[in-house]
Amino acid sequence: MIELYQSQRAMRSMRKAAMQRGVVAVLDVGTSKIACLVLKFDGDDRVAEVEGISSLAGQSGFRVIGAASTRSRGVRYGEISAMQETERAIRTAVQAAQKMAQVRVDHVIACFSGAEPRSYGLDGRVELEDNVVSEQDVARVLAHCDVPDYGQGREVLHAHPVNFSLDHRSGLSDPRGQMGNELTCDMHMLTVDATVVANVAHCVKRCDLELAGVANSAYVSGLSALVEDEQELGAACIDMGGGSTSVSIFMKKHMIYADSVRMGGDHVTGDISMGLQVPTTTAERIKTLHGGVHATGMDDREMIEIGGDTGDWEHDRRTVSRAELIGIIRPRVEEILEETRTRLDAAGFEHLPSQKIVLTGGASQIPGLDTLASRILGQQVRLGRPMRVHGLPQATTGPAFSSSVGMCLFATRPQDECWDFDLPVERQSNRTIRKAVRWFKANW
Amino acid sequence: MQPVKSRAQANIRPDPAPSRLSYRFQRMMLTPLFRFGLRVVLPFTVMATATWMFFNDQDRRDHVSMLVDDMRTSIVERPEFMVQTMAIDGASDSVAEDIREVLPIDFPMSSFDLDLDAMKDTITGLSPVKSATLRVRKGGVLQVNVVERKPVLVWRLRDGLHLVDTEGYVVAQVAHREEYNHLPLMAGEGADSHTNEALALMKAAGPLGDRVRGIVRMGERRWDVVMNRDQRIMLPEVGAVAALERVVALSQVQEMLERDLSVVDMRLGERPTIRIAERSVEAWWQIRHIQVRHEE
Repeated sequence: MIELYQSQRAMRSMRKAAMQRGVVAVLDVGTSKIACLVLKFDGDDRVAEVEGISSLAGQSGFRVIGAASTRSRGVRYGEISAMQETERAIRTAVQAAQKMAQVRVDHVIACFSGAEPRSYGLDGRVELEDNVVSEQDVARVLAHCDVPDYGQGREVLHAHPVNFSLDHRSGLSDPRGQMGNELTCDMHMLTVDATVVANVAHCVKRCDLELAGVANSAYVSGLSALVEDEQELGAACIDMGGGSTSVSIFMKKHMIYADSVRMGGDHVTGDISMGLQVPTTTAERIKTLHGGVHATGMDDREMIEIGGDTGDWEHDRRTVSRAELIGIIRPRVEEILEETRTRLDAAGFEHLPSQKIVLTGGASQIPGLDTLASRILGQQVRLGRPMRVHGLPQATTGPAFSSSVGMCLFATRPQDECWDFDLPVERQSNRTIRKAVRWFKANW
Repeated sequence: MQPVKSRAQANIRPDPAPSRLSYRFQRMMLTPLFRFGLRVVLPFTVMATATWMFFNDQDRRDHVSMLVDDMRTSIVERPEFMVQTMAIDGASDSVAEDIREVLPIDFPMSSFDLDLDAMKDTITGLSPVKSATLRVRKGGVLQVNVVERKPVLVWRLRDGLHLVDTEGYVVAQVAHREEYNHLPLMAGEGADSHTNEALALMKAAGPLGDRVRGIVRMGERRWDVVMNRDQRIMLPEVGAVAALERVVALSQVQEMLERDLSVVDMRLGERPTIRIAERSVEAWWQIRHIQVRHEE
């Protein structure tokens, strides 16, 4: 845990340095597109200083000065599969964003959706030395959380202290300075495949950039797509991306669960491509122009030209009715939603007080998805778009960019992670001093 | 599996990704310090080096300076800019001659080479000149307008006679008093700094007519009016003109100055004094004596 602690701390300090310099880039490495936003921090968030008011959710302190996205290559299921291709795609996006911003960026905060995130709920318990909780005690209780064996080759991406309780009082967000005897903490830990993180870090490094933070896209899209009361009362954010669909559950403004389904919009495109015998680009075009999940009588009569350039007239003049297209799309979308439902059930989502589900991501733009989703996931389903931030171009305000926008919020208002607290003073050193004292007593 | 080395395929859209080199170049161009260097430091250095290398050679330097000189001469010596003559207005002949003498100009000369300010200083440095204006007139004429100082007083000093204008400037030296008979005479050290008072005194002494020979500054603080028949009116430091007017009035009414006085002393205003000439006093004594004898 020490190495991770050090590397995460190094990234955190680098992020602080970048914010000091005023410019940082966020990079969303997705399966279908790679988006890069350049953020400029201009001064403190003055609105937030007013007690309890955060109408702009902490996003008044920065503005987006450069935005670019490019077709992603070499990324499958949200994981890098072809390093060179991905590196070139990142370079394209970063260069375009830099050109728009007219600023050179050196620090990048990256997010990705794959890498099989796994959530763990940990808890720790310490007796307080004196009856007042100090920062040292918080660090100690975080260090005392009994970490399960999450397996070889996995790495902790997020470790959020979610809840503190002091003796019998629970639900404390900040226990410092309070009186009590026993401090308990609940921590949510998210582990991902270490090689994926290493690949992303390597790609970013190959682009002459420095990695100032890594985030899971389920978490950051939840940050931007859920509104404040949803985060408070409990809601699930389903980010339907190209290669994977990530799920995150929020409660009391903390992420308490994240998972991902390795299916997304690209699989729908693949189904169309296979079903209609058309190239992937054509299938993608047909999906975005004519796609849907509810067939009506009208759709039987609406014929879609499939096209082609084989030279065979019969082959190039094929048409398909929209109902047939929907017949291809719908099972796959249902499968994705069913799989998501399973994940939510596994997480015990039905026990939450609020059952709100927010669909976002590029694949959530299929017409009629919300009604289909409400059949599978429950009644409280809505389509979510990322919140608006300063200077974001119109082209990047769609639901496909919710994780990019969430990254902006993540960069400006990072949540406390367990490595933000200093390592507790080791007992070891104390003991050595005592040993030395004993030695002196014995020998003098 | 896709080939690891990408083949050049005609129907595949070219990769929009920038090459590593162009990516790095663009990032470098966005670095503020580098841009400043490229925009300011580099051109400046190149220009400075080029200039230095060019002018490092003596021959080239001479050549360039010669070219510059030639160009300047060709412009300066155009006939439009040449000054042919000098016209002096408002000066008497002798002063004009003096001016021509002190201005060392050999015509024709370019108006660029004329230092009008220095010339004006030179001209106004001449004692008879009160002020002067110089300009180059159309047609290549250097027009000098001079206002001469007008002498109003003759000032006698130990080393001779001087003409003084109203402001006390010595305009010229004269050899003989006769040449300037129409000007009043004054004498004494420091008289030139009180010419206005002197003129006022002379005006006040007008009714005395030819009898006034002149006025003398006594001890650089007060005036004496000197008259013929060795008469002298001593005036106070302040209110000299008023005192003189009193004396003039007295003399007009009582013919005081016609009598045998040697000095009218007005230095103390409340106690004007007259001194009778010595022989008159003696004569008067004799007369009184005679009378006394008769009584006895």
